[in-house]
Amino acid sequence: MGQIPASYLMNRLVTLSLTVFIAATLIWIIPRLSPVDPADIMLGRMAAGAGSVANSEEILAQLRANFGLDDPLILQYLKYLWNTLTFNFGLSTASFPTPVSSLIAAALPWTLGLMILSLVITFVIGNLLGALMVWERSPKLVKVAIPAAMVFTSIPPILSGLLLMWIFSAKLRWFPLTGAYGLTVEPGWSWDFVQSVLYHGFLPAMSIVIVTFGFWALGMRGLMITVQGEDYTKLAEAKGLKPRYILYKYMIRNAILPQITAFALKIGLLVAGQVLVERIFAYNGMGKLLYDAILDQDFPVIQGVSFVIILMTALAVFVVDLVYPLIDPRIRHERVSA
Amino acid sequence: MTASIEPTPTAAEARKTARQMRRFDNPWLNPKLFWGAGLLLGIVALGILGRIFWDPDLVFTGSAMLKLPPVGFENLRGQAGTLANPLGTDGGGRDVLALLIIGAPNSLFVGVLASLIGMGLGIFLGFTAGFVGGRTDDVIRVLSDVMITIPPLLILVVFQSAFGDVSLTMMAFLIAGFVWQSPTRLIRAQVLSMRESGYVQMARLSGASTFHIMFREMLPNLVPYLFGSFIANVTTSIVTAVGLEVLGLGPQRIPTLGRTIYEAINAGALIQNLWWWWGIPTALLAVMFIGLLLINLGLDEVSNPRLRKLS
Repeated sequence: MGQIPASYLMNRLVTLSLTVFIAATLIWIIPRLSPVDPADIMLGRMAAGAGSVANSEEILAQLRANFGLDDPLILQYLKYLWNTLTFNFGLSTASFPTPVSSLIAAALPWTLGLMILSLVITFVIGNLLGALMVWERSPKLVKVAIPAAMVFTSIPPILSGLLLMWIFSAKLRWFPLTGAYGLTVEPGWSWDFVQSVLYHGFLPAMSIVIVTFGFWALGMRGLMITVQGEDYTKLAEAKGLKPRYILYKYMIRNAILPQITAFALKIGLLVAGQVLVERIFAYNGMGKLLYDAILDQDFPVIQGVSFVIILMTALAVFVVDLVYPLIDPRIRHERVSA
Repeated sequence: MTASIEPTPTAAEARKTARQMRRFDNPWLNPKLFWGAGLLLGIVALGILGRIFWDPDLVFTGSAMLKLPPVGFENLRGQAGTLANPLGTDGGGRDVLALLIIGAPNSLFVGVLASLIGMGLGIFLGFTAGFVGGRTDDVIRVLSDVMITIPPLLILVVFQSAFGDVSLTMMAFLIAGFVWQSPTRLIRAQVLSMRESGYVQMARLSGASTFHIMFREMLPNLVPYLFGSFIANVTTSIVTAVGLEVLGLGPQRIPTLGRTIYEAINAGALIQNLWWWWGIPTALLAVMFIGLLLINLGLDEVSNPRLRKLS
């Protein structure tokens, strides 16, 4: 177990905070370049709901004051940065006066749960299959079947999601078409609810798993080939250790480490893919929240969701970067940070 | 200890290896590379030949009956598919074949353009970082570290929902802002390691200009890596573009495969069993991604000979 030197930690922290800062800034600048006025949209919504709005000029002025649109830009920006860092994204314009943060807080556990579930399944299956592809003793079938299945891995999860949804929900009716839990169950820690959540989450998770396990398998295959030729593997064989023991303790254990950094680089795409899967399955997570917000032109929600997902991604990368040297004693921080 | 652990090959095995060596003498003659390129060329051909032999005007709403099935199938109203719309029509009466002919090259175009711009930026920044070093290197390195963790989709969602309709080219430029990092990092790392290598030192000693060293001495060695990174970026760009379109945010007036899927989901095509509406564009996108993957696998084998032994 290595120690994490301060310089490396600083380096990672700077990257993390810069990522968050740049993302927050982009999210702030972009809507301000556009001619659309959020106060106008609000008023338009009111007018659409009520037929007409009395004193529209006054309301418009009041709304602008409430949104802080009258302040100088730099002040608006600093306020925004502070609010964003404290997770205060303002009020949703579509479901006014719900704070955006509470909408996100309701959606986040669903997204995280689905993500962790599908990640764990993919990681285990992908790495195991990748290792078996190289291992001399694995059955012939494995060596033929896996490369064929690999073809799926290039497909974004939204496409596999559509296909699974059509086959298993629309055609066979084995799984529900949409939603994260049944309409008849009460959310809570009851067995019925857990069952319903797993039942509803199966297809979304599978649509991510079948298109991502190949990424791990491919990476693992490349790494296993390297490990296979190493002297210590040959020594282990010469010592007469059991092949299975060599596979797990000597080969996979050494090959799996770089896979974890590969994951750090991939996580952004995984998250974005999952957002889309949630959208097509109308799963109660961030993806559905984002999609509904886009339909309603609900900017505070769009900004909040984008920011939180980017923050999640950046934090995950940060954690992986910190954990990686701890599990691989061969990594010297000085060289990594240089 | 000098004894080799490798078993000595028998004559038959040696002949087999020799044959394989001859066949793969040129690493670029790789079957995966061929198949991948073939699939992509097929899509390009669909776009070109389709415009000649099929009527592109059929992409307009109401140019045919609504929700007609492909030839050989029957829809829920009992209508059979006809040759006038061999792949059926969508909920707006648009011909699915015409949608593919116009839409598929659009997706490919966005991917290639975004990736080309990203590659150009990456080559420039990577060489700059590797050669200039110091502060410049720090800035470029940190910036690419930062940008690689930001998922393009989420920033672009903010952008496109603020601006509404965007053109294909605009979308490609926006995506390009997120695909320069991997070529930059790749080139920077390679330049740093190659800078000290013998042939570069030699070139420098013989008075070659920095420009000459970069582009005539170093760049050719990077070609397989760069090409791999390029293809990977094309995939990322298309995935991002399709993602935006499926959220209903892509170009609004040009038919794209993603937008077709978006409309199909919104119209409940899954429940109504209108599989051709979303399924055929999905299948074509899948073919596109499989082609790109095969090219990438082939390129891996070109640049990493260890992988070649396996296939």
